[in-house]
Amino acid sequence: MQAQELDALRPAEGESLVFDTNPVLNERPTHYCPGCHHGIAHRLVSEVLHELGVADRTILVAAVGCATFTYDYFNVDGLEAPHGRACAVATGVRRARPDSVVFTYQGDGDMAAIGMAESMHAANRGEKITGIFINNTVYGMTGGQMAPTTLVGQKTTTSRAGRSIGNEGGPIRMAEIMAQLDGVAYSARCSLHSVKHVREAKKAVRKAFEVQLQGLGFGFIELLSGCPTNWHMDPIAANNRIAEAMMPVFPLGVYKDVTANVEAEHA
Amino acid sequence: MSAATERVLIKGNEAVAFGAIDAGCRCYFGYPITPQNEVPEALSTLLPEAGGQFVQAESEVGAINMVLGAAASGVPALTSSSSCGISLMQEGISYMAGSQIPGVIVNMQRGGPGLGDIGPSQGDYFQAVKGGGHGDHRNLVLAPSTAQECYDFMFRAFALAFKYANPVMVLGDAIVGQIKEPVRRVPPRDAVPAEDLATLAAPWRMEGFGRRGPGAQPRLLKSVYLAEGALAERNRMLMRKYESMKADCAFECVDTDDAELIVVAFGSIARIARSAIRQLRAEGHKIGLFRPITLFPFPEEALCALAPGRRFLVMEQNTGQMVEDVRLSLFGQPGVSPASVLWHGVMPGLFIGADALRDPMLQALKEK
Ligand SMILES: Cc1ncc(C[n+]2csc(CCOP(=O)(O)OP(=O)(O)O)c2C)c(N)n1
Ligand code: SF4
Repeated sequence: MQAQELDALRPAEGESLVFDTNPVLNERPTHYCPGCHHGIAHRLVSEVLHELGVADRTILVAAVGCATFTYDYFNVDGLEAPHGRACAVATGVRRARPDSVVFTYQGDGDMAAIGMAESMHAANRGEKITGIFINNTVYGMTGGQMAPTTLVGQKTTTSRAGRSIGNEGGPIRMAEIMAQLDGVAYSARCSLHSVKHVREAKKAVRKAFEVQLQGLGFGFIELLSGCPTNWHMDPIAANNRIAEAMMPVFPLGVYKDVTANVEAEHA
Repeated sequence: MSAATERVLIKGNEAVAFGAIDAGCRCYFGYPITPQNEVPEALSTLLPEAGGQFVQAESEVGAINMVLGAAASGVPALTSSSSCGISLMQEGISYMAGSQIPGVIVNMQRGGPGLGDIGPSQGDYFQAVKGGGHGDHRNLVLAPSTAQECYDFMFRAFALAFKYANPVMVLGDAIVGQIKEPVRRVPPRDAVPAEDLATLAAPWRMEGFGRRGPGAQPRLLKSVYLAEGALAERNRMLMRKYESMKADCAFECVDTDDAELIVVAFGSIARIARSAIRQLRAEGHKIGLFRPITLFPFPEEALCALAPGRRFLVMEQNTGQMVEDVRLSLFGQPGVSPASVLWHGVMPGLFIGADALRDPMLQALKEK
């Protein structure tokens, strides 16, 4: 959609505004498939950066995967990391520029497979960065191969008979693992499949940035997301799958929040 | 600092650390491996004292990507490793070249292939000068042969990295890293001040667009070019850049004016060869040394200028790598006409003295 077309959609005087663009996310149409949640995740992150007023000192470290082109949509400085290495790159950026706000935006293949070591160790060192983790149980960009988060029984192009614990191992639960590490200040899992869940996710995304701003350590947020294309489902069925099949395996919740502990101690 | 205290007795690896700090390096990321551990060990105290950052990474893969991030922020950043560790860094080095991000990588080579041993070697010559990582890319490569050069070349390495926005590799080995000798801890005369590095980084560094004043647009550093023709254009531009690096070719000539035989050697082996050449000169032999200091760009013009009618003997500690570049330089162009190019290899992992190089030199002198 062109900017002028978007302008035409803005409310006239007297009408109430229920949705508007925000300056941290530009108006370029995204390349994501219909029903994909990457766009919603972008929107949440951009709203939070806008509300916190930090976009002009933010550096985005983009990963590979469907969200490689994240930097085309965010109006912030951006940098491209090799597959899986975003947390190491972000470590370098944040260490070199301690006054910047740094976040990575990574798929499950990126952060939990090839980049598991870089992700775990950056988190364990308590790097003051925020990791946005998109869990859609597949490798989207490369055509739907198995991811570390693929559900047991889920058929993918490289687990044709369905993932089995005996052969491929079980799905990796990143929010729980992250919460175990001393350097992690905040770890939560949210979902993007319904309006109510999106609202909750926004609060959690905000928190994952706030702990960075407060210098408390690594902020981690896992977002259960749909990949209608590689799940071979329409967007509504994909949303239902998140609620019915993913949430029982990946329970939503806050797994660690050092600020809550601090508040409790002071109470 | 007085003239006396300027001189310190340190290892080549420690000279790398002092050189880096004095040249303006403010971030080091590395993973331990022999024979270069004195580099991170020294910097783990020197850097925090200088207000910089030292991180022992989880792996060489982590280390080089931290360098990528820090250097993209415009800060002079360093990593160091040895052979098998450098192999792990190749992914990041290729991304840095592709995204035009400067960074300095020190490789104190050890014997290979594989785990090999921790003795000296020049077996990573190909990997260093031919790019090493995937895709079409080149690193600038500097080869020190003394602890003093380990110190001095850190200035040159950061200056070149920022001048070309490209990775620079300092290619040493177990000998130059471990040798302990007096080093003058004084910036070389042509040292580029750290403020100038910051100026060179100003047009591209990531810092958050707000830092660039009102109206600044967000920046992006990347190596992906998917639109048809975009990558071709990018690679053509990079190719021109690599070509332009020839302006920074460096080399050393010793006793070449009247030499009938010219030994071509770099790094530690060049230094050992020099001792042998000195003895042979004293005995009346017309022999000289040509030492490439930049291995990429290779100083081919200077080498060719020496060629007409002369014989060359390439000496290196590997199974035959630089000799290919020497032959390409000397035989690749019409009208250069050297008499011959011989090769003598010292196997990786061996510690040799000048005596071991005398016989092959005498042999080559005889083979008129
Ligand atoms: C070193 C390396 N190995 C493999 C690839 C190919 N590759 C690109 S994206 C991708 C998977 C990404 O999956 P995920 O991180 O889950 O992101 P999604 O596409 O699902 O959003 C792979 C394997 C690559 N670019 N680099
Ligand atoms: S392939 Fe899947 S993750 Fe990628 S854009 Fe399409 S729906 Fe989204």
